[in-house]
Parts: sequence; structure tokens; C-alpha cells
Amino acid sequence: MDTTPVRLRDLAKIEERFVSGHRLCASCPESILMRMVTLALGDRPAVITNATSCLEVSTSVYPYTTWKTSWYHNAFENSAAIASGVEAAKNALTRSGKLTEDHAIIAIGGDGGTYDIGFQALSGMAERGHKVLYICYDNEAYMNTGIQRSGATPFGAWTSTSYAGSAFQGKREGWRKDMVSIMAAHGCQYVAQTTVGHWRDAITKIRKALATDGPSFIAVLSPCFRGWRFNTDQTIEIAKLAVETNFWPLYEVEKGVWKLNGSPREPKPIEEFLKPQGRFAHFFRPGGEPLIEEWRKQIDTKYKQLLARVEASKAMPIY
Amino acid sequence: MAQAATIAAERKWSRVESVPKGMTGDHTAAEAMRQINPDVLAAYPITPQTEIVERFAEFVADGEVTTEFVAVESEHSALSACCGAAASGARAMTCTSSQGLALMHEITYIAAGQRLPIVMVLVNRALSAPINIHCDHSDGMGSRDCGWIQLYCHDAQEVYDTTIQAVRIAEHPDVMLPVLVTLDGFVTSHDMERVETLPDEAVKAFVGEYNAPYNLLDSKHPVTAGIMAPPTVYFEHKIAQERALRRAERVIEEIAREYEQLSGRYVGPVETYGLDDAEVVVVGLSTGADTARVAAERVRARGIKAGVVRIHQFRPLPVSAITSLLAGRKVVAVLDRAQSLGAAGAPLFSDIRTAMYDQANRPAIVSYVYGLGGRDLTVDQVSAVFEHLAAPSFDASDQATQTYIGARE
Repeated sequence: MDTTPVRLRDLAKIEERFVSGHRLCASCPESILMRMVTLALGDRPAVITNATSCLEVSTSVYPYTTWKTSWYHNAFENSAAIASGVEAAKNALTRSGKLTEDHAIIAIGGDGGTYDIGFQALSGMAERGHKVLYICYDNEAYMNTGIQRSGATPFGAWTSTSYAGSAFQGKREGWRKDMVSIMAAHGCQYVAQTTVGHWRDAITKIRKALATDGPSFIAVLSPCFRGWRFNTDQTIEIAKLAVETNFWPLYEVEKGVWKLNGSPREPKPIEEFLKPQGRFAHFFRPGGEPLIEEWRKQIDTKYKQLLARVEASKAMPIY
Repeated sequence: MAQAATIAAERKWSRVESVPKGMTGDHTAAEAMRQINPDVLAAYPITPQTEIVERFAEFVADGEVTTEFVAVESEHSALSACCGAAASGARAMTCTSSQGLALMHEITYIAAGQRLPIVMVLVNRALSAPINIHCDHSDGMGSRDCGWIQLYCHDAQEVYDTTIQAVRIAEHPDVMLPVLVTLDGFVTSHDMERVETLPDEAVKAFVGEYNAPYNLLDSKHPVTAGIMAPPTVYFEHKIAQERALRRAERVIEEIAREYEQLSGRYVGPVETYGLDDAEVVVVGLSTGADTARVAAERVRARGIKAGVVRIHQFRPLPVSAITSLLAGRKVVAVLDRAQSLGAAGAPLFSDIRTAMYDQANRPAIVSYVYGLGGRDLTVDQVSAVFEHLAAPSFDASDQATQTYIGARE
């Protein structure tokens, strides 16, 4: 697959395979991401497996479909397992001469279907080395069921199961699961994180992942206006602020080598990411300063750890 | 051996000689799978199914199959991977026991609802708690409403013959449903038996190639599968499944007749003993019904008109065969190797009594539960049941709702 830098004028020539008429909310990052996924595919045939999620229920209401590529939903926690089965079928049918095309196999899940309930199936898929790209559209909570906390919900965030009350202030159990590191630790040849607000970065990464000879994983930060409590015209802006404040650095782990994909020369104060989002409103009420301080510390530490990994893995590919 | 009303075979086959071998039930299932050579096998080890996976892994390692073997991290993923493979146009198989089937439970309904022709071998084992690795049917009975065709086998030979036929049944255009083939844990799975197997080429020809009507990997005709059905259409999807299960009755019989031509062996929806004149009939599944048959032979020598109906085709339940076989008998005892806790009766008993309710000359029907967690069922125990039911003093209204055989109470 072509991994040269993507250009809009080339993308414009590609037939999109995620079409309009779906039931996703206005400003939903999922449709933005799925359009980028099918653009990254070009004309390559593909099978997309989809965990139960907003994306799944909004794009497959019988008798309609949003998908102009083969798409398969089975259950919530098994997108990676059904993709493993699709890949096994592809290998078997190729061997027996029934199949000649090289389908891309892409498993998709939200953060609940990836970090939590689908974690085991994803781990198994990666360990067994299935040639599948797993994309997590990460909106940091269970949005389909009404904004409940997940393993991807960051510390202090309001959700409908981590209220900002008088006794506790939002999610109190810890920072958030570092899924990208976990998938890198599986030995996947290509692992990355990006956002829906960085189309060139995202499409480049999807294309790189699809060219990988083995399992790959991309976490895509996907700001959800309903769950994060911002206006419908701010999806891209919030995604950009996540990167500009170092909350969600753009990076990739290619054959064990950690690389930053552009980072802010001077990170913006974290308040710029937090303030527009209603889920952090209690951070800015009297007594909220310790929450902001905890975020500053976490982000500073995590970013330094990331830089250390980049430095340590330089010129040390593990494959 | 009585047989259901004859339905003609769909295709003609020439008789091929089988070769006798000594094999356990598990190794027999693995041998059938080797000859079927499915495109994908995804499985996870669990006692007492483990030897199937181990033996199949040997076939993979020795290049005796071309199957893509997915050694998954759980039974949930085993069946999920089979769904992905079957939706992609591959012939997919799996096998499990007990907790494994329980963990698959969610996906069993999905596999049936999505009409994926997966074949699964279930080695029946008790469900926890308390944990117990031995035979009963609580695992299979917990899945009796999942929409799969469910074929209970009483010996290794039947496991072999049924597994091969299951592939054809599942993939039949009038059916398109997953099939469960069961054998009793340890009793059949680990017991060495004489099994006659067909030549590899005969099995290959019999199962043929699978050509899925829809297929995720058909890029010229991409499909959206696993859709969301709102209340306006969900109901009809579920009715279609019930109708397909009913259609399967005819297909199972046709394929059994084809297989009979090929192998000389026939497995019908029910197997009977002594029904020409039986007044007291025991109905059961798998090896428990075999024990009942030996008991029936024994008590017949003492003048009791005893009979046995062994149900092979548990789903779809062969209702018309059952009613015609049981109507007019004096007493029917249904042997269940599982309870349906808190229900009106044990699973098979409830089915049989419901099937018989509309019969004008229905017999008294009583319920016995035996063998939970691998407790042996002896010929003496079933003989005592026959003698009790045949006694002039027997009065069904005095009988406990559910009688336990061989249990401390």
C-alpha cells in the first residue's frame, strides 16, 4: 500500500464507502473517522467488523446501510474475535484458491468495546498475530448507553456513573488506561494514536497500519459533544486542543520504535482543553483547583515518559 | 429399530465400505473433523472436550488438514471467530463443554439469528457450581432455546456419523442454521469404542464444498451483516428462525437417508426399543437411554412390557414422531440428566408432556432426574423404575413431581 504523504486532491478522487443518511448525531466524530478510514483504503476491498456501539446502531438500521464495503457486527465485546475469524477465513479461502483479492480487515470498537469489555478478545487477536487493523474510536465513555464511565474516562470527568457531587467530584478511581502502551507491549508492529481533528495524521497512520504484516492498533480521540458537553461546532477544535495541551500527543510505535508525530513547541495550558467541556465544569467551581493541578501533574509526567520512550527506543527496532 | 416416516434421499450415493477402528468419543469427533477438513476451526480447551482440540492440533501440525486453526483465548472468542469465518463464506467448526458453552451463550443466539451454519461438538458436562467435570446435560439444556439444531449422540459411532451429516444439514439452503452435536462427557468422550469410519474421499465428497449465499469477502457484492432490527422487523426475523428449524426436520431426514446409502448406517430423529407392545416406556437422551434399553430387556424377561425411546434430534423436537410413538401407552417416564430449576418440570420431561398434552389417549407421564455431576445410572435403577411403573398398584397421582434416581435426599 502507498504510504506517501496524503494529499487532499488525491483523496478527492477516491470513492467514499461510508455514505450519508446514517443516524449519527450532527458533529459526531465517528462519521468523520469512518470517512477517513474508507479514504485510507482507496480502492482496496475491505471487511469492517464493528463492536456494538453508537456507530454500529446508527449505520445498520434494517433495511438500510451506510456501508458500501462489507461490514459485520456480531456483539459488543468481540469485534477483534470476529475479525480474527474473518482473517482466518481469508487465509483458508486464499489457500484453497477461492479468493484472490487481498482484503483489508479492520476491526472497530468504541473505548468501552476496546478498553473494557472487548479487551480480552483484542489481546488475543494481537497475541495470535492476525493481520487485522483494530481502530478504537475513543470518546472516553459509554456514549451509546448514555455517557457512563469507561476505562478510558480521564480522572475527574463527569459521566452519568461518575457524577460531580458533594462527596466525590467526577471519576475518582484513577487517570485512564493507557491502551496504546498496552498494545505496543503486545508486540504489534504498528501502534499509534491520533484524533479526528488531524486528518492527514490519521489517514497516514491508517494507511501505515494497513500496510503492516500483522496486527496493528490505532486509538483515535473522538470528542463527543453529547458526552463531553460542548457545542456541535467544536468537535475538531476540541480534538486539536487535546493535542496542543499534550493531553493526547500524536505518536506512533513502529516496530518497537516510539516516534512523536509533531508536538506543540509550547504546550497550551490544560485549562484551554478543559474549560469548553461541560464534563469538567466542576473543575472551575470553588474547590476545583486540585483537580486541575492533578491534570497538570499527570500530563506533564506522561509526556516526559513518552519523550523518554522516544529517546530510549531510537534506532532500536525490536523486529 | 423403528424409523420415522421415510423421506427420500435428495441425492444418490453408492455404498462405500467403512473400516473399523478403536477410538474414544473425543478422538472420533476429531477424526470426523479431520475428514471434513473445515476451513476454520476455532476452539479453546476444556475438560472433557480437550482431547478433540489436542487431536485436531496434531492433525494441523502434521499437515493432515488444511484448516486454519485459531487457538483462541476463550470460548466466547471461539464462537465469535467461527461467526466471523462463517459470515466470510468459510466452513467453520468448534467444540466445547459446560462452562465453555455457558461462556458462548450470548454468541450461540447470534450465530443462529444470523443464520450462520457453524457445527459445534459439545461434550456434555455439568455446570458449576459446585464445579464438577463429569457428565450431565445441564450445559446443553441451558442452551436449548438458542435456536441451534441439537443432536444428542449415544456412542462414538453416532458422534462420527452425526458430525459428518451436521455439516450438510447446517449448510442446506432451506436451513442455514448452526448445529450442535453432543456426546456424554467421559462416558462417551473417553471410552474406547469400535467405530467404523468412511474413507477420507467419501467424506469429502459427501460434505462437498460450501458455497455461502452471502459472503463478506465477496467484494463485488459487499454485504452489511449483523444489522440492527427495530420493533417493526425484529419479530419477523425470529419467526423466520423458527420456520427454518421446522424445515430442518425434513432436511435432517433426507441427509440421513443419503448417508445411509453411503455408509449403510442410519441415525433417525428417535431410536426405539420394544415399542411394538410396550406399555411402560422410558424416554431419554444419549447413554442414559442405552442403560434404559438394557433395563428394558431385563424386565421384559420378567414379563413387563417395557420400551425405550431415545431422542437423538432434540432440536427441532420431532413432535409428531414422539406423539405417534407414545400415544396409547400406559405410563411414560422421562429421564432427564438436568433440572430446570424452579420450573414445572425438567427440560425433556416438560417437552414430552407438552407434546403429548393434546393426545386423546395420552399416557401418564412422570419425571425422573438422574446422573447429575456424573453420578452413575445403573441398569438396576432403571429396572426398578420399570417395575415401579408397571406394578398394578402404580398411581401416577401419587408420584412426586420430580423423582431423583440414585440421590441422597
